[in-house]
Amino acid sequence: MTATPDVLVVGAGIVGAACAWELARTGARVEVVDQGIPGGGATAAGMGHLVVLDDDPLSSLSLELWRALAAELPKGAEYWNCGTLWIAANAEELAAGRRKPGVEMLDEKQLYEAEPELRPGLAGGALAKGDAVVYAPVVTQWLLGQAGVQVRREAVRDVGELRAGAVICATGALTQKLLPELPVQPRKGHLAITDRYAGKVRHQLVELGYMQSAHGQANESVAFNVQPRPTGQLLIGSSRQYAVETAGIDAHMLERMLQRAFGFLPFLRECSVIRTWTGFRASTPDKLPLIGRLRDNLYMATGHEGLGVTTSLGTAKLLAAEILGRPAPIPAEPYRPERFHA
Amino acid sequence: MNAFDIAIVGAGPAGLAAARAAARSGKSVAVIDDNPEAGGQIWRGAAQIPLAAGARLFAMTRVFDVRPGFEVHTAPHGVIRAERLILATGARELFLPFPGWTEAGVAGAGALQTLVKSGMDVRGRRVLVAGSGPLLVAVAASLRAKGARVLGVAEQAPLGRIVPFLLRYAAKLPQATALRARLFGVPYWTGVWPVSFAAGRVALSNGRELDVDFLACGFGLVPNSEAAQLLGCRVEDGFVVVDSRQETTVRGVYCAGEPTGIGGLEKALEEGERAGAAATGQAVRPGRTGAFVRDLARAFALDGRLYGLARPETLICRCEEVPLAELAMHREWREAKLQTRCGMGACQGRICGPVAARLFGWTACSVRPPLVPVAAEWLATGQRQQEPGSDR
Ligand SMILES: Cc1cc2nc3c(=O)[nH]c(=O)nc-3n(C[C@H](O)[C@H](O)[C@H](O)COP(=O)(O)OP(=O)(O)OC[C@H]3O[C@@H](n4cnc5c(N)ncnc54)[C@H](O)[C@@H]3O)c2cc1C
Ligand SMILES: Cc1cc2nc3c(=O)[nH]c(=O)nc-3n(C[C@H](O)[C@H](O)[C@H](O)COP(=O)(O)OP(=O)(O)OC[C@H]3O[C@@H](n4cnc5c(N)ncnc54)[C@H](O)[C@@H]3O)c2cc1C
Repeated sequence: MTATPDVLVVGAGIVGAACAWELARTGARVEVVDQGIPGGGATAAGMGHLVVLDDDPLSSLSLELWRALAAELPKGAEYWNCGTLWIAANAEELAAGRRKPGVEMLDEKQLYEAEPELRPGLAGGALAKGDAVVYAPVVTQWLLGQAGVQVRREAVRDVGELRAGAVICATGALTQKLLPELPVQPRKGHLAITDRYAGKVRHQLVELGYMQSAHGQANESVAFNVQPRPTGQLLIGSSRQYAVETAGIDAHMLERMLQRAFGFLPFLRECSVIRTWTGFRASTPDKLPLIGRLRDNLYMATGHEGLGVTTSLGTAKLLAAEILGRPAPIPAEPYRPERFHA
Repeated sequence: MNAFDIAIVGAGPAGLAAARAAARSGKSVAVIDDNPEAGGQIWRGAAQIPLAAGARLFAMTRVFDVRPGFEVHTAPHGVIRAERLILATGARELFLPFPGWTEAGVAGAGALQTLVKSGMDVRGRRVLVAGSGPLLVAVAASLRAKGARVLGVAEQAPLGRIVPFLLRYAAKLPQATALRARLFGVPYWTGVWPVSFAAGRVALSNGRELDVDFLACGFGLVPNSEAAQLLGCRVEDGFVVVDSRQETTVRGVYCAGEPTGIGGLEKALEEGERAGAAATGQAVRPGRTGAFVRDLARAFALDGRLYGLARPETLICRCEEVPLAELAMHREWREAKLQTRCGMGACQGRICGPVAARLFGWTACSVRPPLVPVAAEWLATGQRQQEPGSDR
């Protein structure tokens, strides 16, 4: 047995990897355990869209960190600053788009110049030029490598038995299996990927109604969310389901999701789909992650729902500040785990 | 909506024999195949069993999903429903990587044969056929019949293992004598395989070098068991497990031909007959080809040295251009796939998956719809009836 580490991270998804990296950079001795392969959980399933959401300082902080890191990332991380184009179907949505921070508004004509394949009759769009996409499994592996960490394959059954200066629980959608008292629920999502259609779509395209799907409480919902990969492939999302534990494709959700996408990009009907898959987001009642101390030396970094690739870097900064007793880069209160434990 | 008593996926020998047997019962039969005509790999549109009267052929129809019930999802014929399902999906070729295997001039043995059968001109072209199994001889014969100059057949298995097999099954291989006559004068080297290919020159493991227009390679067959896997049928070592009536571990799903064990034409016909009879409640004749499958696999078992031919820079995944060195860093298929994109391309690991299984002992990922690439429209219009409560 080696000496107890300063920090032990449970979970080698992108959130755990970012925490390990951030703390290792401060000189801490960090170990990471995962029951599966690094980046094999939600991190392998997600779209890897790096997106600033309104009123979410964690996402803005994270985008700044991503931009600073971009030049160092390996080629396989496929970082691409393609921007997000929020699509407004009508005047009402266009008005909502205008309220987004830091976007450039596109009228109808500019919208079709930017994305000629969109169906006619849309009102316009809001372009967030700073947003990007990334291939999260490779980033995860790279962060772990930079941290000098060899992930130990091990399933943790009881966090109380772990010996370390600080234990970070970055267990994503599986968090309740370890800590049943925390309200972190799996929320299933489907994705489909096409063959290569380079140049057909140029930005990550998201309908402005997306937040209704993400933040709504409906048991099942879909939204238009399509990402061009640097390979020319198109990643088609997104769906959300509560209370489903099986990972198989739910045909009716896949069908609804694709129909929704055809409604915005009719040419997708003809595109050859080569694979479909599902993943589980870790969702919380107030749609915000759990970042910070839960009790004793146990810290949480989980509950990132559909935004954990984006907010992994910000999460790590915020948590490292708390563990090291340094000033927080953004207010930490909204994310504190004890908000569910008052 | 298309509804039948029996749906058969695959119109090769197994599927056609199954259709013939099933149609005898008077039940309605659908046969679905992605080729323009019935016949499968071996007959290619010149099927020696006519499509049973009363059976309906859906040609150029790809099956991309199969669901309990049973629903066979196809493009472009939508959902075909059936009470019983017979999977006769055949096999594909195994390619093994060696330096130069992805260069122009190297082709799959069966693939080259298919091209020639559909009109490609190989007259006077120098061809070396290499790899393993009886298929090589069939390919060499048919290329020669079309005017190719077949320089030789390089069979990796040693003579000492092939001869007893041939002696034992000479009577069972009716084509064998005819093939030998058609191959008269073509050398058949045993215990020999290609070690590299560059600019039209093949280097063989015995030190010889040959200049060729085509190197036609095939190292055996890999069963197409994906449809069975999707339905949850038990699959062992890649092969679909069936009982003496060809029924899989999922009730009402039968499997015949190569997916249950590589055994060629006679086995495919016999199993197709049994599956068609069993699925329609007719008496089933016992099988006779079990030992043949085992002996064939033994006689042509691959030499371990074939797995060591690839160099660090040799591509393993052609779709995503992933070389051996990048894969060798990983511990399992899923990790290698996530980190390198190996198997993520259009073929979805159908080619590199079996290679990785042999080189690294990795088992491939789960099977999900679509089984084959399909226009998004077909995936989205499953014509599935909404179950009550599914849209809460
Ligand atoms: C369909 C879909 C689309 C998405 N799209 C985006 C997007 O575009 N942009 C974005 O920012 N985010 C997106 N997300 C969300 C994002 O993928 C996740 O928020 C993020 O990957 C979470 O990372 P994580 O490290 O918390 O979790 P995970 O990657 O799930 O990692 C948790 C790890 O913990 C391990 N673990 C759990 N319990 C134990 C235990 N007891 N012992 C040992 N190990 C354990 C698991 O094996 C796993 O590897 C999407 C998610 C889905 C499902
Ligand atoms: C490339 C190749 C060439 C061969 N050439 C010869 C030869 O010359 N001589 C010889 O003796 N043996 C040859 N064989 C071996 C031959 O396949 C078997 O001996 C025998 O024909 C097996 O019959 P089967 O019915 O099991 O399969 P097959 O004849 O392979 O029939 C299966 C059929 O199912 C179809 N199919 C599979 N999946 C789907 C799907 N998802 N949707 C729709 N259709 C589907 C296939 O296209 C195919 O037509 C060859 C095999 C291969 C792979």
